[in-house]
Amino acid sequence: MTSVELLHWARGPGLQISVAIFVLGMVFRVAQNYFIGRDKNLAEPRGTQFGPGMQTIVRRSFFHPGMNYRGYFTLIAGYAFHLGFLITLFFFSQHIDLFRGILGFGWPALPASVIELSAVVGIAGLVAVMVHRIFDPVRRFLSDFQDYFTWLVTLLPLATGYMLIHRIGLPFTEMLALHILSFELLLVVAPFTKLSHMVTIFTSRWYNGAIAGYKGVQS
Amino acid sequence: MAELSEFPIEVHEAASAPASTQNVVPLLHEIRHALTKLLQSDESTTIDLLSIPMTDADLQALEEALGNGEIDTTITALGTSRIRETRYPGVWLIEHYNVADSLMAKFIEVTRLPEILKADPRDIDAGLQRLSEQLSNNEPDETD
Amino acid sequence: MPKDLTLGEHLRRQGISRRGFLKFCAATASMMAMPPGMIPVVAAALEKARRPSVVYLSFQECTGCLESLTRSHSPSVEGLIFDAISLDYQHTLQACAGHFAEHIREEIIKQHPGEYLVLVDGSIPLKDGGQYSTIAGMTNLAILEETAAHAAAVISIGTCASFGGIPKAHPNPTGAVPVTDIVKNKPVINVPGCPPIPTVITGVLAHYLTFGTIPELDDFGRPLAFYGDTIHDRCYRRPFYDQGKFAKTFDDEGARKGWCLFELGCKGPTTYNACATTKWNQGTSFPIESGHPCLGCSEPDFWDAGSFYEALSAPAADVSKWAGAAIAAGAVAGAGIGLKSMRKRKEAAQAHDPVTVDDLKT
Ligand code: SF4
Ligand code: SF4
Repeated sequence: MTSVELLHWARGPGLQISVAIFVLGMVFRVAQNYFIGRDKNLAEPRGTQFGPGMQTIVRRSFFHPGMNYRGYFTLIAGYAFHLGFLITLFFFSQHIDLFRGILGFGWPALPASVIELSAVVGIAGLVAVMVHRIFDPVRRFLSDFQDYFTWLVTLLPLATGYMLIHRIGLPFTEMLALHILSFELLLVVAPFTKLSHMVTIFTSRWYNGAIAGYKGVQS
Repeated sequence: MAELSEFPIEVHEAASAPASTQNVVPLLHEIRHALTKLLQSDESTTIDLLSIPMTDADLQALEEALGNGEIDTTITALGTSRIRETRYPGVWLIEHYNVADSLMAKFIEVTRLPEILKADPRDIDAGLQRLSEQLSNNEPDETD
Repeated sequence: MPKDLTLGEHLRRQGISRRGFLKFCAATASMMAMPPGMIPVVAAALEKARRPSVVYLSFQECTGCLESLTRSHSPSVEGLIFDAISLDYQHTLQACAGHFAEHIREEIIKQHPGEYLVLVDGSIPLKDGGQYSTIAGMTNLAILEETAAHAAAVISIGTCASFGGIPKAHPNPTGAVPVTDIVKNKPVINVPGCPPIPTVITGVLAHYLTFGTIPELDDFGRPLAFYGDTIHDRCYRRPFYDQGKFAKTFDDEGARKGWCLFELGCKGPTTYNACATTKWNQGTSFPIESGHPCLGCSEPDFWDAGSFYEALSAPAADVSKWAGAAIAAGAVAGAGIGLKSMRKRKEAAQAHDPVTVDDLKT
């Protein structure tokens, strides 16, 4: 297979297959969660569920003082990675072209210099948590294959994208093909690993908030 | 069907000329280097200006920097060629045009005399024959 | 014109002086993208070069490549390259037709085995015995096999001959293939482009003429001297790409300011060709200078690489349909399995014997 064929495959069938697996897997997870149902709560409701559920989804994305028990390092590196990754994914103008191609609509992009920064921050955050994981004996003990694998699968799109823009390593055609393929790998792997938290985190947060709302307490 | 002139055509100001490629100053340094080499070891250098990415503005800046020297000649062979010595003796600007008068090649030569100006023995020989023929054609009357 | 003359002798006979010849060599070297230090070498080689016979075969093509090539055949130095070869067979250009024409081709094969050059434009249909394109009752395949068997080298002119091009585009009704699928035991040089830049065609011919060798090629058989950089590598709009300034439509502010055309579908970053440096129409400009994105015409399967006007980062196929189907399938499967486990749980609860005080007594 030549580099050109590889790129054509990645932009065509590869993308169709990986998006389909990702969407199917994620919808499956959420639908399954929903239909499994919960036991009927016999207590008198003291508040609503929907509003507090949604609130919790939003609120738990922000830092609040009680969070520092995990140690500031994990906190900062974690935020850095997630923000860097998401900004790069959703606000790089060439990624918006991709979303427009799939969703039918786009949104304004951030300037290239901001994306450059977010990508670097994202990569740095990922590397930092891995260093921490390897050198901290407890964390190392608790890590299994999936932890390392999902880390790599998350790093690859960021790293190949950075190399593509800065023309490090391979020529544009090959590098673009690798970059797209690495993202497709992430899509395929996500529903079946702990990476599925990118969607299921919202379901579980909603339930948390909803339960609290039902009881009439602040979540 | 609508006539061409019926189409509304808006003319916007053309995009400003591409900015300078910053290639002029390094080129002048290269020429300086070539001149030193010419003086010290009688070695000539040729630079192909069309192979260096330069905008029209760059080329103009380069020509202005080099200026005009004492020699400005034109060769007529397969279209014209213009050969100029610049303000710096030994630095020549050579432009080759084809018969249709479009530029085909543009060089800077750093040399005492561009090779192409010298007469070639084969051409001299052909010329010599032509001259001799002409003389012998004119002479018969007198020798008879 | 006698063929046993060297090129130098031939040009002198035409009254071209040494100065004219040196000028020709300088322009040729510049055209071949050679360092000027090579000019004396080029001159020495061209002086002694013999004029090769050239057979130009046209298969499934649109004659655009020949149009491009003949545009370079102005009375110029490039034109001299054409004097420097002996174009003996080209059925669009030659005066004779029918059996006469075919006879010439056969004669060349017989008289100059191993010496003549074959130029091909167009792809070769293989489906149904190759009957979709025939000349004088012979299939393109048969003509190519017969002619290439005794050639010195084959040069594929244009994307169709090099990679199959438009005839090979999906669904490829004629089973078209490029020259390299058929000619295996001869050197083949690919000069793709739809059409190729005339100067590049003549530059490749000049290289062969000068050195009698095949120039250095890339993985796709393209001469590195002309196809060594991408359009994007040499594009004057590149600074805008790097700054992330893109034209979004053909007449927005960005388009007027000359910003990068990536989002309008420019394939420059993945396209190897000389347009950005050599340019078109006697060096006037190239498509991006006129505000149009590069189509990627010198790359394999450029016709099937998604829309010309979709960004390289956008999907090249319909992904939304697949995603929609996946949502439905995922929801159904998730609901099914979810409901099933819910039922199981209920059944388990029902099957459960409540613990009574009696049970505890025993
Ligand atoms: S216009 Fe095309 S070739 Fe030029 S910089 Fe933009 S993407 Fe690259
Ligand atoms: S700019 Fe691109 S599409 Fe246009 S001729 Fe050049 S390589 Fe082909």
